[in-house]
Amino acid sequence: MAKGLLIDYRYCTGCHTCEIACRQEHDYEPTKDGIKLNSIGPTPLPFGRWQYDFFPSPTAFCDGCGDRVSKSKKPACVQHCQAGCMEFGDVSDLAAKLVNEKMVLFTLK
Amino acid sequence: MELKSDQSGRAWKWEEDGYTVYRSNSRTGPGCHDNCGILMYVKDGALMKIEGDPENPYNQGRLCPRCLAAKEMIYNPDRLLYPMKRAGKRGENKWERMTWDEAYDYCEKKLKEVSAKYGSESISVTQGTGRDINGYGPRTAKSFNTPNYMPGFLSGFGCYIPRLVSTGFKLGDFVIADYSQFFPERYDDPRWTPPSVIVIWGNNPVVANSDGTLGHWIVECIKRGSELIVIDPKLTWLASRAKYWLPVRPGTDAALAIAMGNVICSEGIEDKDFIEKWTANFEDYKNKTLEYSPEKAAEICGIDKQLIIEAARLLAKANTACLQWGVAFDHSSEGFLTGMAVMDLVALTGNIEKPGSMVIGRPCFGVTDTWNPPDDVRLEDEEQREKILNHKYPALRAIGVISPDSILDAIETGDPYPVKALWMQTNNPLACMGADPKRILKAFDNVDFIVVVDMFMTPTALAAADVILPAASFAERIGLSGHQPYYLGAIVKAIEPLGDCKSDPQIIYEIGKRFDPEGNPWNNDEEFYNYILGKGNLPIKYSELREQTWKYPEFEYYKHEKGLLRADGEPGFNTMSGKYEFRCEMLAHFGLEDLASYSEPPESPVRTPELAQKYPLVLTTGARRWGFFHSEHRQSPSMRRLHPDPCVTIHPETAAQYGIKDGDWVKIENHLGECRMKAEFFAGLRKDTVSADHAWWFPERDPEDGTFFGTFESNINCLVPMRPGKSGLANSCKSLLCRISKAD
Repeated sequence: MAKGLLIDYRYCTGCHTCEIACRQEHDYEPTKDGIKLNSIGPTPLPFGRWQYDFFPSPTAFCDGCGDRVSKSKKPACVQHCQAGCMEFGDVSDLAAKLVNEKMVLFTLK
Repeated sequence: MELKSDQSGRAWKWEEDGYTVYRSNSRTGPGCHDNCGILMYVKDGALMKIEGDPENPYNQGRLCPRCLAAKEMIYNPDRLLYPMKRAGKRGENKWERMTWDEAYDYCEKKLKEVSAKYGSESISVTQGTGRDINGYGPRTAKSFNTPNYMPGFLSGFGCYIPRLVSTGFKLGDFVIADYSQFFPERYDDPRWTPPSVIVIWGNNPVVANSDGTLGHWIVECIKRGSELIVIDPKLTWLASRAKYWLPVRPGTDAALAIAMGNVICSEGIEDKDFIEKWTANFEDYKNKTLEYSPEKAAEICGIDKQLIIEAARLLAKANTACLQWGVAFDHSSEGFLTGMAVMDLVALTGNIEKPGSMVIGRPCFGVTDTWNPPDDVRLEDEEQREKILNHKYPALRAIGVISPDSILDAIETGDPYPVKALWMQTNNPLACMGADPKRILKAFDNVDFIVVVDMFMTPTALAAADVILPAASFAERIGLSGHQPYYLGAIVKAIEPLGDCKSDPQIIYEIGKRFDPEGNPWNNDEEFYNYILGKGNLPIKYSELREQTWKYPEFEYYKHEKGLLRADGEPGFNTMSGKYEFRCEMLAHFGLEDLASYSEPPESPVRTPELAQKYPLVLTTGARRWGFFHSEHRQSPSMRRLHPDPCVTIHPETAAQYGIKDGDWVKIENHLGECRMKAEFFAGLRKDTVSADHAWWFPERDPEDGTFFGTFESNINCLVPMRPGKSGLANSCKSLLCRISKAD
């Protein structure tokens, strides 16, 4: 069953917790990331609105936290996400939740 | 083996995959004013990792980068491990190691010498904000028999206190925004509803998490429909999600607040019922708001008039609203008035004691020491108490609040008496809390004996300490959660202290014993905290609290209607009149302004146009950064990677005027001083304003290079004066003038 990471980036505040939680879980050195934060903006839009978004994407070093998942825990990034905007699970389940703007589903190996 | 609590069924310590896991509330050092629930994984006596505790209602398993990476600070090779005595001159990195007994002997001797020669009032005890000694540090001052306990060299006591003084007298209590954090069931508790509107004014809560509020609680409210009004010269992420973003000129917030009151009153959309039943002197306030029309405020604040009107209407018409206010209020010269003016809007719209509004919180189970100095640490001798240094500020004298500015004056001039010893615990004024730090360093020449208690060799320790005492991190000690009125919690020790480190309270009562053995009877931290808990109204010992990790009291809304706030049990607020006082007579009685007004910052394009010719940009400072808590975490590799260099945020068009490119090193200067930072382009910032980081020093530097870890090179406080507002409260940190040029 293909696993995925669903991110609702209406709410990602760009706090870097996912990067640090992943690093701590896997004991990666400070320059190695299993998940990496991206950003867009700030860009002015019409009617006084702004585009200013953050969202993380898993890297080649993401192992889906198989260790944690096998113990019924959430992946480190998902549990610690301060905005609670990430979900892990089967791609088919998560895909059904892609109903709002600013959501993204990453498939994992 | 599982150790379970009978009551909660929740273990506080267990074995898991070869680890011993401890459930705790994190605290400091290092870190912030929150108490996030954590699980500490220990193997062979070493802390291997920290995770968030999914069962803790406060953070529900989530955690910020600093706590996750706390090992980098706890096991940092630069940790202070042993008491040390200076072996060379101040500023030279020459130290002799001492045992604790030797250290206490030496400190006792030197402090008693100073007392004998100058009087014990000439000792000043200081704290910063990096470790949780708010309620315990004053014991040191009492032990030394000095009335002079201060936030070390924080001009105008400019941190929360100006806001609390102005609003405390008007309402009689401490209020905080309700994001369901008073209930263990949190957002699912049926008694709570999300605020319809959240006003975020003068702070960036998701980064700052200030004053006992976890900023991401606001994100949970956004998910549940809360709308935001954000007042900030910079487009924060929250501002990008706001219904209205008001990018005010720094320092003009009071004008905006009064004008919003003007709109609400003139459109008749104030909460008339609440005002009639529960407030006093409304007419005085209403008349005052006539002085600031939306047009006038728009001109002062540099924003669109229509924004002011729409934001005011949204606030007034909201079912419930709460205010997330920040230290920016305390960081404009007459910030005392800003807090007052904004709290008036809360009362005007009846947003007190409703679910999702501003609610009154008091110390849980009567345990006050964790966040407030208790009464039993006041000096008994009234004459000695009266020597508290605040002599230039009658209002501060009247309310018994100290003036760090007066202490600096006394050090420099000996007037009204000299200050000849400093005990500085969790305080790094040369890098962080002190404005005009070069002036402070020079003043230290007049101080005979300086003790610094900290976790790392800070610039202050290196430049000024005669004795250094090593403090423990949160993982190495027990304690109580605090600085918030939501629950009583245990800080749990997971590892033995590194080296000879001791917890801050242990240092406090151990040095205290040398001066006042009866006043410091405790022999270990458990005895100390049992004493603290015993002063409350719950018969619980620390070890029992640790079993359940947290304990929530019952929380009620509408306490003013139920007679739960006043000593006489009558309905009403805990003020003389029983009402929220729009015009507060107590304030007038103390010689403070009793009605909010607006005062231009002392240096501004409007007040000092000639100065503004030379220094044309408005300077705000100290916007919080992910991964840092003030001057901490610069030595933590993962945190430093998030933000490697000191930065000044600047609009690209403004930068272009000065030939500055993104990432260029620039010189920021004003009439007081200068520093160097990297330009950080940001389109979401007022074009007339630049925003400079604070608290930068460089722990990676050679401590012997004479620069004290470069503490003056990128220290924006070189441009900030030690100068409080008229009352003696608040300072100008976030509303100054400067100019920028490309650095060589």
